[in-house]
Amino acid sequence: MVVEKSALVIGGGIAGIQASLDLANRGLKTYLVEKSPSIGGRMAQLDKTFPTMDCSICILAPKMIECFRHPKIELLTYSEVKEVHGSAGDFTVKVVKKPRYVQADKCVGCGTCADHCPVELPNEFDSGMGVRKAIYIPFPQAVPRVYTVDKDHCLDCGLCNSVCNAKAVDLEQQPVELELHVGGIVVATGFDMYEPFRITSYGYGKYKNVITAMQLERLLSASGPSGGRIMRPSDGRIPRTIAFLQCVGSRDQRFGYPYCSSICCKYAVKDAVLIKEHRPDSEVYIFYIDLRVFGKGFQEFANRAKKEFGVKFVRSSPGEIREDPETKDLTLWYEDTLTRTVKSLKADLVVLSTALMPRSDSVELAKILGIETDRFGFLVASDPVRHPVDTQVPGIVGCGYCLGPRTGDIPDSVMQAGAAAARLSEILMAGSV
Amino acid sequence: MTELEEPTIGVFVCHCGINIGGIVNVPEVVEYAKTLPNVAWAEGNLYTCSEAGLSSIKDAIKKNGLNRVVVASCTPRTHEPLFRSTCEEAGLNKYLFEMANIREQCSWVHSHEPEKATTKAKDIVRMAVARSRWLEPQDEPEVDVADSAMVIGGGISGLMAAVSLASQGFKVHLVEKEPQLGGITRRLGKIYPTLQDSSDIIDPVIKAATANENIQIYTSATLKDISGYVGNFKVSLKKGTEDTRLDVGTIVLASGALNYEPPKGSFQYGVLDKVVTQLQLEEMLTQGKLAEPERVLMIQCVGSRTGEVWTYELSDMTQSFAARLLSKILGAKKEEGWPYCSKICCMNAIKNAIRIKEQWPKAHVDILFSDLRTYKEYEDFYRRARALEVKFIRYIREIPPEITEAPDKKVKVTVYDTLAGVETEFLCDLVALSTPLCPSKEDVMLARMLKVPLGPDGFFMEAHPKLRPVDCQSDGIFIAGTACGPKDIPESIISAKAAAARASILMANKKLKTEALTADVDTDLCMGCGLCEELCPYGAHKIEGGKSKTVAALCRGCGVCAADCPKRAITMRHYSDRQILAQVEAMMT
Repeated sequence: MVVEKSALVIGGGIAGIQASLDLANRGLKTYLVEKSPSIGGRMAQLDKTFPTMDCSICILAPKMIECFRHPKIELLTYSEVKEVHGSAGDFTVKVVKKPRYVQADKCVGCGTCADHCPVELPNEFDSGMGVRKAIYIPFPQAVPRVYTVDKDHCLDCGLCNSVCNAKAVDLEQQPVELELHVGGIVVATGFDMYEPFRITSYGYGKYKNVITAMQLERLLSASGPSGGRIMRPSDGRIPRTIAFLQCVGSRDQRFGYPYCSSICCKYAVKDAVLIKEHRPDSEVYIFYIDLRVFGKGFQEFANRAKKEFGVKFVRSSPGEIREDPETKDLTLWYEDTLTRTVKSLKADLVVLSTALMPRSDSVELAKILGIETDRFGFLVASDPVRHPVDTQVPGIVGCGYCLGPRTGDIPDSVMQAGAAAARLSEILMAGSV
Repeated sequence: MTELEEPTIGVFVCHCGINIGGIVNVPEVVEYAKTLPNVAWAEGNLYTCSEAGLSSIKDAIKKNGLNRVVVASCTPRTHEPLFRSTCEEAGLNKYLFEMANIREQCSWVHSHEPEKATTKAKDIVRMAVARSRWLEPQDEPEVDVADSAMVIGGGISGLMAAVSLASQGFKVHLVEKEPQLGGITRRLGKIYPTLQDSSDIIDPVIKAATANENIQIYTSATLKDISGYVGNFKVSLKKGTEDTRLDVGTIVLASGALNYEPPKGSFQYGVLDKVVTQLQLEEMLTQGKLAEPERVLMIQCVGSRTGEVWTYELSDMTQSFAARLLSKILGAKKEEGWPYCSKICCMNAIKNAIRIKEQWPKAHVDILFSDLRTYKEYEDFYRRARALEVKFIRYIREIPPEITEAPDKKVKVTVYDTLAGVETEFLCDLVALSTPLCPSKEDVMLARMLKVPLGPDGFFMEAHPKLRPVDCQSDGIFIAGTACGPKDIPESIISAKAAAARASILMANKKLKTEALTADVDTDLCMGCGLCEELCPYGAHKIEGGKSKTVAALCRGCGVCAADCPKRAITMRHYSDRQILAQVEAMMT
C-alpha cells in the first residue's frame, strides 16, 4: 500500500505545535487543527516558565509564527475534527471550519471592531479575570491574528461591520467542511483545569479572594488583566500574606481525581518565587502533602525558594477556609503535621493549586478516532512502558497531557511530541505499512 | 571589504504590550529614531513579533526601499531568527538585520525609573542603528549531512533511538562499552508499575536492533576521538585491538547514568552486610538470594536531595524534640551525594516492597521517606502498596535514621516518626538504601570529546530546558535517556524517540546551512603562529601551509581568535571591528 506522506495534528498547544514542526521539518505535509481561534494553548497563558524564568509567551510565540509560516504546515484554527476513517498510511478526515464571521484573508487584525463592540464578557484566556468583547482575539500574540465573533453573545448590532475598513466582517459566514487525506494522526488536545466548586470548605466561587493558580498566573502576567500586579479580587489591594493549597482535586478520591497531576508542586513553587520577586515583603506559604518537586533542577529550585526567597513550606492540608465578611480576609485552619500542632493562618489571598483533568470532549474525540480512553478520559497507550505514545490504533499517536498525568510539564510534552513525530516517520517514511 | 550601498534604515520599536511600553516612552523613542542618520522609517508596534508586526516590517521594507532593519524589542536569543527570516521574505539578506534589546536590558531592569529607561532605550537604539550602517550581507555556508548516525550507549534509550532511526532508513552505528547490550535495565528484575520482567522490555529491543541490517553494533568498544561537525562527524573507536573509523552525520548521546554507591559507613553501608542498596536488593530478589525475611526496611533519598534546608519554628515544638533537632543539626556532617531528586526511587522502593509482600505476605516492609513522590498515576501504585500493608514512615533529614548491629544477624534501625511524634525502633533482616541515578565520571571525558557542556548537576545539558530538551548546544548532537538526568523507562524511551526525530530531520534534509558568523582569516596578514589553533575551543582553526584556515562549520563565532590574533589577521564575519567600534562610538556621543 502506498502511504500518504502527510499527517494531521489535533490540538495547537505546545505539544501539537512541536509535533507539527518536527513532522513538517521531516518532510511531511502537516495539517494542524485547533478548536479555538488561536494556537498557543495553555503555555500561552502562563506568565513565566521555570527554571530559566523565560517569559512563557516570549519563547512560545516564535514557534507559533514558525507554524504559521511553514510551507509544509496548514493551520486550521477554529476547526474541529468530525469524522475519521481508514487506517495507518491512509486516513480520511472530515474537518469543519467553524464560521468566524470574519474573513481571514481580509482581516488585518487592527482591532477597531473590538473597540466599538458594546458587549463585554469574561475572557476565557484570562481564566475569567479580565474581559473581552463579543468580537475578539483571545490574546495579542494570537496566531492567526484574525478576529472572531462569539455568536452566542453577539447582539447582531452590526457596529463591527460598519467600522471595519477592510470589509472583513461577514455575519452570514457558514461552516466549511474539508476532507483531508493523511497517513498518520497525532492527538495533542491537552487538558482542562479542575474547577474546585465541589470542595465547599475552601469557598471557591463564594469567597472572592480564593482563586485558582491559573487565575494567579494571569494576574502575574505583564500582559494580563491587571498588568502584572497581584491584587485581591475583592478590593484590588495588594495581598501581603498569600497561601497556596496543594492537591486541590488531585490525590483526592472524594471530590476530584485519585492521581497526582505531576506539575502543581512545581508551578506553586515557581509562582511563590515570582510573588516574592514582585514584592519581597510578601509572606508566602505553600501547604502540601508531599512536596513533589521532581524533575531536572526542581529540587534545587525549591531549596532556593526556601533559602533565598523565604517561601514557607507547611506539610498540611488545611481543612477549612473562613472569610471575614467585613474585610474579606481569609483564615485557614490546619494541623502542621511536622510539629503536630493545630494552627490558623490569616491570609489576604488563597491560591488553589488545582488538578489537571481530561478535556471535557476527550471521550467524544476518542470515539471519532476509534481509540480508547481510561476511566478518567485520558488516552490509553497501547503499551505504557514500551510504546508510551502509541494508541491502540496503528498510525494514531498521542502527545502532551491528553495522555494523562504521566506527562509532566512543558519539556515532557515537547519530548512526547518528538516521540510522536518519530513514530509517524517510522511508519510513513519507510514507504509502506 | 566590498563597497556598501548607502544605508536606508528602518527602525521598529516594540511595546511588548506593557513590558516595554509600560515603562519606556515608545513614541518618544520612535521620534528619536527618525532623527538618526540614514533612518528612513521608524514606527512603534504593540508586538513587533506578532503576525501584524511582521507584515508591517515587510511592507516598510518594500515601500521605503529599506536595506537595513533594526528591531528594538527583546532578546535575540528568542526572536532574532524570526525577524531575520521576515527580512529574508521581503528580499533582504538576513544579516542586514540588527536587534536592540530594550526589554531585558532596559525596561525590565529599570522599571522604577521610566524617564531614565527612555533615555537608555534611545542610547541602545542609537547604538544599534550605528552598527547596522556597517552590516554586510553574508552567505551562509552549506554543509552536506551524512545520512548515518552514531548512537553512544546500548541501554534502553540508545537501542530505542537506534531502532527508530534505522526503521526510517538511516544507517546507525551503535557503540557500547560493555560486552553486553541492555544497560541498567538489564540489572532490574521487574519494571514498575506493570511489574513485567525487565527482560520483556529489553530483550525484544535488543533482538530488533541486532536483526536490523541498518544497525551496526559495536560492543566492548571504546571511543577514542570524535572530531568534525554537524553532518560530518569523524569518529574513531577501538574494539579489542581493532581500530574503526566512522563518518556520521549526527550523534545520539545515550550514555546513561550510574546507580550511586553510598560512601562506606553511610548508614553503615559497607560495614554491615545487611545494609545494601535498593538495586542490590532488587538483584537479590531476582536471583532468589533473599531468604524469607521478617522485616525489610527501606530508606529513601540516600545520597540525593542533599543540602536541603528546612525551616522550623522551634516555638511550635515540644522541648525534647527541639533539643534533639538542634543537637542533630549542630552535629551534622556534610552529606555526601547529589542535590537533585532522582525521581524514580520512590516507585522503585514501592515496587520491591510489593514484590516482597506478594512473595511473603507475613514479612514486614517499612519505607522511610521524606516526601513520597509517586507522581502521575503512580499514586495507584502507592495505594497498592498500602493495601498490602507496607508501612510508610516520614522522617526528616535533620534526624536521619540510625543503624546499629543487633543480635541474631539483625540490624536495628532507630527513626523519629514525625507523624506519630515518637521515636521508633525496628529490628530488620535487611536495610535497603534508595540511592539516586548519578552521572558517571566518564561523562566529563565524553563531554570534552563531543565539545558539549555538562549542567550543574553533572548530567549533560540540553540546549533549552523547556523547548529543546533533547538537543545539545552543539548542532547535530542529541541527548536521550538518563544521560540528561534521572528518568524511568517510559520517559527514557520517549526522549530516545524524540532524539531520533530531531536527528532524522537533519539527515533527511541532506544539506544544512550554518550561521555565517565565523572567523575570516586574512592570509596576507597571517604569519601562521598557531595561537588561534591553540585557543579555539571548537577546533575550527588549522594551520596549513604556514597559514591559518577556518573550518566554517566548526566555528561557533565566539571571537576568541580574533581578539587574540597578534597580527589582527582575523575578522569575525557579522561582528567586524568596524561594526563594534561604530556601536561604541554611538554610545559615547
